[in-house]
Amino acid sequence: MMNDVPSKRSLYDISERTKKRNAAEGRFRLYGIIAIAIGLLMLLVLVTTIIYRGTSAFQQTFITLEVELLEKKLDKKGNRNFDDIKKVSTFGYKPLLATAMQAALQENGIETDLKKKALSGMISKSAAAQMREYVLADPSVIGTTVEFRFLTNGWIDGYLKGRYTRESVENSKFASAAQFDLTDKLVEIGVIEKKFNLDFILGADSSDQRPEAAGIGVAMVGSLYLMLVVLCLSLPLGVAASIYLEEFAKQNIVTDIIEITISNLAAVPSIVFGILGLAVFINYVELPQSTPIVGGLVLTLMTIPTIIISTRASLKSVPPSIRSAALGLGASKMQTVFHHVLPLAAPGILTGTIIGMAQALGESAPLLLIGMIGYIATNMPGSVAEGLFSPNSAMPAQIYEWAKRADPAFIERAWGGIIILLIFLLTMNTLAVILRRRFERRW
Amino acid sequence: MTLVTVLYAICIISAVAFFASRARALSSVSGDQRKLHSLPQYYGTNGILLSLIPALILLLIWTYLQSLFIENHVAGLIPSELITENANINLLMSEVERLSDGLKMVVSAGLISRDALIAITNDLTMIEAALKQADVFLSGDIRPEIMSAAQTRYVLETDGNQYRNWVVTVVSIIGFATAFLQAKQDFRARNQVERIVLLILASAATLAIFTSVGIVLSMVFEASRFFSMHEWTDFFFGLVWAPSFSHGSQLSILPLLWGTLYISFVALLVSVPIGLYAAIYLSEYASKPVRSVAKPLLEILAGIPTIVYGLFALTTFGPFLRMFFGDGGFLGVEWMSDSRSVITAGVVMGMMLIPFVSSLSDDIINAVPQSLRDGSYGLGATQSETIRSVILPAALPGIIGAILLATSRAIGETMIVVMGAGAVAKFAGNPLEALTTITTRIVSQLTGDLEFDSPETLVAFALGLTLFVLTLCLNVLALYIVRKYREQYE
Repeated sequence: MMNDVPSKRSLYDISERTKKRNAAEGRFRLYGIIAIAIGLLMLLVLVTTIIYRGTSAFQQTFITLEVELLEKKLDKKGNRNFDDIKKVSTFGYKPLLATAMQAALQENGIETDLKKKALSGMISKSAAAQMREYVLADPSVIGTTVEFRFLTNGWIDGYLKGRYTRESVENSKFASAAQFDLTDKLVEIGVIEKKFNLDFILGADSSDQRPEAAGIGVAMVGSLYLMLVVLCLSLPLGVAASIYLEEFAKQNIVTDIIEITISNLAAVPSIVFGILGLAVFINYVELPQSTPIVGGLVLTLMTIPTIIISTRASLKSVPPSIRSAALGLGASKMQTVFHHVLPLAAPGILTGTIIGMAQALGESAPLLLIGMIGYIATNMPGSVAEGLFSPNSAMPAQIYEWAKRADPAFIERAWGGIIILLIFLLTMNTLAVILRRRFERRW
Repeated sequence: MTLVTVLYAICIISAVAFFASRARALSSVSGDQRKLHSLPQYYGTNGILLSLIPALILLLIWTYLQSLFIENHVAGLIPSELITENANINLLMSEVERLSDGLKMVVSAGLISRDALIAITNDLTMIEAALKQADVFLSGDIRPEIMSAAQTRYVLETDGNQYRNWVVTVVSIIGFATAFLQAKQDFRARNQVERIVLLILASAATLAIFTSVGIVLSMVFEASRFFSMHEWTDFFFGLVWAPSFSHGSQLSILPLLWGTLYISFVALLVSVPIGLYAAIYLSEYASKPVRSVAKPLLEILAGIPTIVYGLFALTTFGPFLRMFFGDGGFLGVEWMSDSRSVITAGVVMGMMLIPFVSSLSDDIINAVPQSLRDGSYGLGATQSETIRSVILPAALPGIIGAILLATSRAIGETMIVVMGAGAVAKFAGNPLEALTTITTRIVSQLTGDLEFDSPETLVAFALGLTLFVLTLCLNVLALYIVRKYREQYE
């Protein structure tokens, strides 16, 4: 009957239900794209923050002054006796700064109401020490006028970098608006200028009051020694352990337990290793605290599981045909492993090691506990033994220390330190990727 | 003979052993290498191994035993009257150690000869003057008993070291001689060398394993010291965390556990949806060029050290949130008083965990065979319907395993929470307030100013042990779930 014939529908007419399903499909894709976009946005925000906040740490404000090294202040007896000159502490050098400032202002025709103390306060507290070292190195300069380049204090530096304004220092006892006005005038004539600060990269840390003189150089050396210890200990141990487990150990319950233990070790939080380091290396073995050797041992414990896992994966990836061929030609098991399997697995082992060490370089939590943090790294170690056994800091620990001080100048330096740390990590990871691409073999 | 000299000597002996044994083996077959059992280098290596390894092992064992023996003996020499509250045995022992080191410096600087030093028993002024001249720090007048203990220690140590160095050298030479005598035509050098190398490899593996045992043991030991000072029921079930400088601090883990779980929850809330959707899109929808760019970029988030995230949370993200929720902010509310809060640390931690969830899920989703997808498409499902109804259920155990691993990472994270979450320990619910975690308290208790044996410092070991057990259980659970519910595709 006519009523039974179904109404004609074209395939091109999309039914309601299909429309809904297509819309749901479109939404689903959108969520995926949004998720990726959010992830990439977070990465972008992170990178821009790092660059924006950190690059200003590489520039520092310097002031060039001609200082008259008055004999009557520095060498009262006048006979250039080294011990006498050494007795004059930095207190004796400070008044020379104010005089020099006043002379410079007079020479350039700048008027100011600032008193001597405010004038010399514009210069970093490290200036007196800098002058003293110069004089002690060459006492004959006493009595002459020498041109020095000093750091300005943190407030002037902050003003020129835009951190402080005249309103923000209204109630401060360390800086004043008048000092900032004077700074502007001195910048105009070129006495004060912002320059690239090599001391940040190569120099030592400094005390709380002198953020302008703080540098990350000594912490870098500490990190270097850490990495040295980690490399020398974890690579042989990890590779040897993997070779044994992979090639020679019999498949039984003991090896199963070992496998579980290693994969669990790799997932243990890093602070637990720090606690271990404190309990075993410092309390029981009584190694000196805060030293790169203890830090290196702790980081080795953290890195060995990573190296073992990646070495085992590389060894597994060498096809059995290589082993069979070597054995068939009369090689012993040991010879097969060392002459044939290991060289072929070497690229994978190498990349795994580099990545493991990059992870160790960025670790700070365990170092906090063994003390590589409170110590102010002030001197470059003189020898390898001194570098290993004398207290030092490491880059991530130094960054944390600066961040704790809550002074905006130190926070700026923390970001600068992060840039340097990330440059190291980027180099190591890129090296790993290049090596992997270059030496990877497709079996 | 000093330690360095011994090490040099052993190295030289080993080098000589290599060439000598090799030469002897070759001479036993009149230079015809083919008649030897093993390659000539194995005879030489045999020489190196036999002269190096026993000597080094002896060196280590002797040094360790010697220091134990000296400590015990010298501790027995100190008369018990000197041991008081203020000058306990450890303090006295370290003074003795410093003095004997000072005596070493005095003798090596040539100020007093060794025999004269030992002979002096009554007149200490000469020794004190010599010590000052050698730049050794003296805290005050040296008591005669301490000085004689220091002299004994000095003698024992120097004599012991001398004997040790000579014996080790002799052992090395014996090893050389053994290898040399073994180097003959029929000696199976390669087998012996390989056996020794296998032993070395096995000990490396055992050493690597023992460290994990060491972790647990050391923490258990210190934690048990803590539990002897503080009730364990109070630690696990009490509700207040309030350490104080005087005694009577309340140390319970529950407020800290709450903080840890809360922040981890926020982190997972951020990372799981983003990571999962990103993984789904990258594995199902994205074209090859997009995938090859987006995936590495997301992985970069995992490679950034956590201190960077911590600083970011403290100095950028926290103040950013304060701009909205804090005093004088855009929304005009006063919910957030400090830039550190649960959300600050939680969101930043979530940022860090995104690549974890996304990479692991990506691998799992890729492992689902194409045949399941094709079957679903063949029945008319759209791509999203396939994903929701076919692929995700198949991949679910693996995804749950990934989430559990991310949780365990979040629980153990230290730097981000130290810098971004604050120090308040209570059962707060406001996510815009600061809250502390287990890891933060571990750091603060161990870097605090209290003496090491106080319960306030030892509690950190108990906390660390709990943390270790917690993350271990999560990891084992993740592995178990993945193994048990894994789909067996044919």
